[in-house]
Order: sequence, then C-alpha cells, then structure tokens
Amino acid sequence: MSARLTAPNLQLNELGKIKHFLTIEGLKQHHLLEILDTAESFINPKTNEIKKVPILRGKTIMNLFFEPSTRTRTTFEIAEKRLSADVASLDIATSATKKGESLLDTLWNLQAMQADMFVIRHAESGAAHFFAEHVAPHVHVMNAGDGQHAHPTQAMLDMFTIRKHKGDIFDLKVAIVGDVLHSRVVRSQIQALSILEAREIRVIGPKTLMPTHPEAMGVHYYDDIEEGLRDVDVIIMVRLQNERMKSALIPSEKEFFKLYGLTTKRLALAKPDAIVMHPGPINRGVEIDSEVADGPQSVILQQVTYGIAVRMAIMSIMMSNAAQLAQHQSEQASLELENEEEQA
Amino acid sequence: MSQLNIDVNALIEQMGGTLRTMPIMDKSPKMIGIRTAGVWVAQQLHDQLQLPDALGVIDINFYRDDFSKVGINPTVMPSDIPWEVEDQHIILVDDVLYTGRTIRAALNEIFDYGRPASVTLVTLLDRKGCRELPFQADVIGMSIECNKTLKVSGPDPLTVSLTDPEEDSV
Repeated sequence: MSARLTAPNLQLNELGKIKHFLTIEGLKQHHLLEILDTAESFINPKTNEIKKVPILRGKTIMNLFFEPSTRTRTTFEIAEKRLSADVASLDIATSATKKGESLLDTLWNLQAMQADMFVIRHAESGAAHFFAEHVAPHVHVMNAGDGQHAHPTQAMLDMFTIRKHKGDIFDLKVAIVGDVLHSRVVRSQIQALSILEAREIRVIGPKTLMPTHPEAMGVHYYDDIEEGLRDVDVIIMVRLQNERMKSALIPSEKEFFKLYGLTTKRLALAKPDAIVMHPGPINRGVEIDSEVADGPQSVILQQVTYGIAVRMAIMSIMMSNAAQLAQHQSEQASLELENEEEQA
Repeated sequence: MSQLNIDVNALIEQMGGTLRTMPIMDKSPKMIGIRTAGVWVAQQLHDQLQLPDALGVIDINFYRDDFSKVGINPTVMPSDIPWEVEDQHIILVDDVLYTGRTIRAALNEIFDYGRPASVTLVTLLDRKGCRELPFQADVIGMSIECNKTLKVSGPDPLTVSLTDPEEDSV
C-alpha cells in the first residue's frame, strides 16, 4: 500500500488539474488557492449563507463510509445536495482484512449504479488511492479520511478558516497541539500549510504522540506548550485519538489536560487576536477547556460551516476539470483531423 | 475593434426615463444587476431612480446550462440579494440581451430566492435576431444586429466597442 501513497500524480489529469482528491501531498500552491477561491464564491460574504446551486444536477455522488463518522459525512452530504447532485450514502461496516477482492467487487457494483464520484472514508491508509486506481476513467474519487494517512478536505477547510480570519497564510505562525502521531488531519494540515508557505509551523505535544523526527515534516517541535504557543497567530487543537492508539501513550486524560490542555491562561501567550481551531469532535477538559472552546477566539463552529463550502468547491472543481479536459481533447482531435486533411 | 459612437450615459439616462413612466415604479420595485457589466448599468440606473433598497447582484455562472461542457468560470463570485425576493417587483438589468440564456439562468437563480410578484427586464443593448429562448426586454437602450459582436467595458467610463465580422475578415 505504501508505494501507492507516494504516487500523488494519480490525482491529476493530463492537464495537471485535480481529477481525484486523495491527499494534499503533491499538489501545487495554485491547486490549493483555486479551491480556497472557489469555496469563497459559494458563501455570501455578509450572511455566511451557502446557497444551493444547480451545477452538479444529474450527477450521482456516493458516500462510502467504511468507518463511522457523523460530522464529515453530514457535511459531505449537505455539500453534495447544495450542488444539486443526486446523493447516496452507504454505511459499509467492514474489517480491514476484508479489503482487496471484496472491496473491488463493492466498487464495481456501485460504479454500475452510474456513480460519477465516490467519497470514501476508510480505516485503512490508502483505501481512497486503491479506489482511484480501479474506477472507470470518468469517475472521481475523494478521500474523506483514510487510516492515519490523510484527511485532505479537513485540511483545506482549516486553511479556508485561517485565511477567512487571518488573511494570507504566508504571514502566519501556526501551532498544532496534541496527537500528531495518529492524526491524518495533522499530516494533511502540515502539508497544506507548507505548500501555502506558512511563516512557521509548530507542533506541540508529548514525544510519545509525535513521529520520531517531527522536523522532517518541516515543523518546529515543542514539548512545552507554553513555550510553543508564544506569539502564534493560529492554534489548532487536535483530538486525542483514543480509537487509534494501540498502547498507553499518555498517563491519563487528566494528566494530558494538565500538561497540554488549552486554557485561557495558555491562550493568552499567543497573539491577542489568535484564533483557536479544532477539527472536532472536541473532548472538553481533555485537550481544550470549555471556556476556550466557547470563547471569543474560538472559530470551531465556523470551521464546520466552511467545511460545506470547501467540499462544494473541491467537488465542482473536479467535475469542472473533467469538462475542460473533454473540451481540450475534442479540440485536439479536430486539430489533428485538420492536419491530416492538409497533409492529404 | 472599433469604438461605437454611443453615449452610454445618455442611453442609460433615457432608459431610466422610460422606466419612470412604467406602472412598476408605483410598486416599490427592487433592482438586480447581472454580474459583471449588467451591474455597472444597474448601478447607474439605481442611482438615477434613487431606489431606496440596495442593489442586488447575481452571478449566474453556477446557473449556466453549459457547465458540463465548459466547467466553472474561475471568476465566479457570490450572489448577493440583500432583501426578500418573495412577492417583490423586480427590475432585472443586464448589459446585453443576446441568446436569452443568461436571462434564463438569472430567472432560475432569482426563483431560488423566492417567488417575485413580477420581473421587468432591462437591457442596455439588444442583439436582435439570434434569440435561442423566448425572452424580450421591456426596456432597451439600443438595438443592434446580432451578427455584430461587442464588448462592454467599465464601470467608469462605461463604453461599448463593436466588432463587425465583415470588417474583421478584411
């Protein structure tokens, strides 16, 4: 599976535009900016309202959730419906070992139901890549979280939220606090922040919840939260991934909160206008104090709303790119025909 | 490309004058401009008629009927109609009426906001003879042959340049 994860070009078409959205890795700055700008166009700047538009009318999108999720699945469904697509959501409880043959059979059956796009969440890293390799050429695949690998739509909605509140990302110092080791969200966030050239990316947490060499990801590591939060513009709290931890990596949740929980006092170390983000669901009193989560610097609920617009943007860009590619190919074909006629 | 010798401001002045004589003006009408050039024309008309409600703006790119062929226009921006559409008398303004497809898209979008009591269509230029859908404007600044392609630039000054395909081929 790991060989597939290092082949990001699978997600670009012949014109270098996004065809599948599997991971942030391998995308260029212009790809990310196009997503952020397009998402902007779905939101009324005065009311933050996201209106329904008819651009994916007649397209069928299937949400395949092999792993439980309420928030992500719901925002995907709402995004698809706001684009006027026909939507089918399938909860497919399956164990990781059932992959391969049976997963492919599932895929081909669903494809035969005339799906134009699959949105996939799976506990196994690389599941979305696997789908993308095997779908028919006209079908798009979107990763809604695969194992500990990537959660690129969450990362993009986080970038969107940051840009909405703080302006251009290249000016900003961003701190990510918590379980970096198990989090697919953090991996995607760091990639996106790097591509958008954030001024500084810090990761904060106990060594047991960090990869062996966090610096290899282009970030600065702090095990002391108070040092790490100093002067940052953005604080991203990450949930303790109890369900992904295979051994006891922290003494207790209480202990974790004492050492790394975000409190009003610690928040005061960041810039006065710093924003607090969290991909949710939040564990109050474990990684974040209620006072901060509900406080004036928290943009946690805006993240959820922006998640709709960002997913709408990515889906419409993928469909739009397919339309432009088809147009390009038919122009090429007629050019070739003209050339042949001239030569004849 | 040649600059048409049209006084655009005078045309809009005259369109505003026509609108003023119409019954819709007694029904507290609200105005919507179609982005981009339609908004420029609408803004001038809106100022001239001194309508109390803010000018609504719609971007019909998400409502185009050729999305599956051409994809998203990268310059698409959010529409903004800052009042209720339901039961209102709407003056819809665009710069050029040609095939009628833009107006179809605009009406669909307006109806997604609510059911207006009426819609009066106003266009600066009417390219006559090439309609693909049955739309006619209620107020027209000027009519031209549809085989002439033109470009409206603005917003200040608002100008119209015209390309005659026969001139072009010389």
